[in-house]
Amino acid sequence: MALLQIAEPGLSAAPHQHRLAVGIDLGTTNSLVATVRSSISVVLNDEDGRALLPSVVRYLADGTTEVGYAAQAMQSVDPHNTVVSAKRFMGRGVSDIAAIVNLPYQFVDAPGMVQLKTVAGVKSPVEVSAEILKALRARAEKSLGGELVGAVITVPAYFDDAQRQATKDAARLAGLNVLRLLNEPTAAAVAYGLDNAAEGIYVVYDLGGGTFDVSILRLSRGVFEVMATNGDSALGGDDFDHRIYCWVLEQTGLFALSAQDTRLLLTRAREAKEELTFHPETRITAVLSNGQAVDVLLTSKIFSEITLSLVNKTLAPTRKALRDANLGVEDVKGVVMVGGATRMPQIQRAVGEFFGQEPLNNLDPDKVVALGAAIQANVLAGNRSGDEWLLLDVIPLSLGLETMGGLVEKVITRNSTIPVARAQEFTTYKDGQTAMSIHVVQGERELVSDCRSLAKFELRGIPPMAAGAARVRVTFQVDADGLLSVSAREKNSGVEASVMVKPSYGLSDGEIADMLKASQQHAHDDMTARSLREQQVDGGRILEAVAAALAEDGELLNDAERGKIEERMAALRVTLEGNAPQAIKNAAEALNRATESFAGRRMNRSVQQALAGHKLEELES
Amino acid sequence: MAVTLTERAAQHIANFIAKRGKGVGLRLGVRTSGCSGMAYTLEFADEIAGDDNQFDSHGVKVLIDPKSLAYLDGTELDYVREGLNEGFKFNNPNIKNQCGCGESFGV
Repeated sequence: MALLQIAEPGLSAAPHQHRLAVGIDLGTTNSLVATVRSSISVVLNDEDGRALLPSVVRYLADGTTEVGYAAQAMQSVDPHNTVVSAKRFMGRGVSDIAAIVNLPYQFVDAPGMVQLKTVAGVKSPVEVSAEILKALRARAEKSLGGELVGAVITVPAYFDDAQRQATKDAARLAGLNVLRLLNEPTAAAVAYGLDNAAEGIYVVYDLGGGTFDVSILRLSRGVFEVMATNGDSALGGDDFDHRIYCWVLEQTGLFALSAQDTRLLLTRAREAKEELTFHPETRITAVLSNGQAVDVLLTSKIFSEITLSLVNKTLAPTRKALRDANLGVEDVKGVVMVGGATRMPQIQRAVGEFFGQEPLNNLDPDKVVALGAAIQANVLAGNRSGDEWLLLDVIPLSLGLETMGGLVEKVITRNSTIPVARAQEFTTYKDGQTAMSIHVVQGERELVSDCRSLAKFELRGIPPMAAGAARVRVTFQVDADGLLSVSAREKNSGVEASVMVKPSYGLSDGEIADMLKASQQHAHDDMTARSLREQQVDGGRILEAVAAALAEDGELLNDAERGKIEERMAALRVTLEGNAPQAIKNAAEALNRATESFAGRRMNRSVQQALAGHKLEELES
Repeated sequence: MAVTLTERAAQHIANFIAKRGKGVGLRLGVRTSGCSGMAYTLEFADEIAGDDNQFDSHGVKVLIDPKSLAYLDGTELDYVREGLNEGFKFNNPNIKNQCGCGESFGV
């Protein structure tokens, strides 16, 4: 029997109409699931009251799997079949992960993404992630007493399209309807209610177990835009444990410990680190396998000193991210702390001093991303009233297509909120043209050669018509996850073609920033280049039209008239070779003037032909 | 005529209202719908209507409109945990039959 939750005034759902939605933080080390209950976002615990689910999956020979703590416990016993950190392989090829060394897995190079050989067969990172999501889904459905309508899943801001698509695929495999993929820093900001806060710049400082990410977000009109990201994929709370461990070895003169003793001391080091969050000093005691006792006193002052360089290692990427966004610390309105390692007082202090303000830290930094995702899921599932702001993402770079002369026609401009669909009409350039090539590009520059090519496809089967008579409607559609589909349709004949842009074409934020910078630096050059190309296209079209007219109705002209027109055509051809838009324009106009009387005569002739054999009455009726 | 909260339910409600940051109390109601004819509504109250019946239970203000009160008189609202699931449950002496889902009832 269902248990009831308190609704917002006037928003009680009809019986059996509760729309259960969750937010999922699919992490590298740990994952969480959260939901909004009685208007409060809460993390859902497992049967043992634990919020975290270790992102570990173990494959057994009989085809079954273990997920979470059970799998984690077997990690050292069965390393080949126990997959950790699958998130690092999502949407990645073997060459991408070559940098991640010391992995006990047997990788299989598959097109698009690496696969892992396990006792239960070859598994892709998508399948591994799906197992984690399945476990979270089961926990959520047990906790909420019903089937989920959907989930919001968080991804790092720097995830490209391939990694995002892989995450969506994993969700689908787990039987979850993805309402939206949400950037992790954005989710953290939502958890703190910053989407309803003052517009401005917010920084999300995320120090997890093994990774550090810093994101600069700009909130304007309810939209969070990721302005810059930076980080260190090999820096996290574990490094702080290791510093304590090394310090203990130094203090006690121990060396060459067995693997078992190393693990024991690392565990003690982690406990000491956690202890120092609340106490000024802590005692580290252990009895090693040879009977030797370890007993040292670690003060928070010493802890700060031995980890100072680690703290500074987080500030360098932070500084860089600010610089990339062209901002200073004085522009920052708020700082959000994410990740368990940000509990350390020296981190809080360093970040506070760096930004000259107290960071936001009153939510559990391990849960804040999942809590924000749950709030977003609740809105997307339709459980809030209509005037609530829906958090929107934006397109980082304009999307457009190539037109004659290698120019870019932007269809969806940069910073448009998604989902979005825009259509534009294009036409044929030549008489009798039966196909049109659609080249989809991404970028801010005016010339196709300076933008990034996303996809190419052809619309065939356009019935032969005069140039400019065909009406090809090209529709660009970007779904809520930033994936683009483009379709083209000739309206007279109904022929259609379309393409889904392959996700492997994703850009990193760094590349996006570079492309934006280039467009600003080249704004003037681009303008000149564009006007040149436009004139060239125009001039070329006039030449073609005149040549066609001469071939058809050349006998209407005497030699002198014809010579004059051909002279002007030659002059225009010369200017087309050059790069002076004004010269092309002048030559084209001159040719136009020279052909005025010719055009008049052609018109008369075609009217005569059309009228020949018709009576006046027929034409009037 | 009265409607009461169990102490546990009152604690949870007070906690929810505090975290929500606003609200004068809890509004209970009944509306016609659902598989057994009637359905409970359970909402935060941001204001008190003129004809509301007000009950104070363990420090939480419970508001009920006069029409609903006829169906809810004597009801105790409890907060229960069933496995991983938790939430509010109506113990209503007036009901004659109840849909298995617990959200809908007949009198």
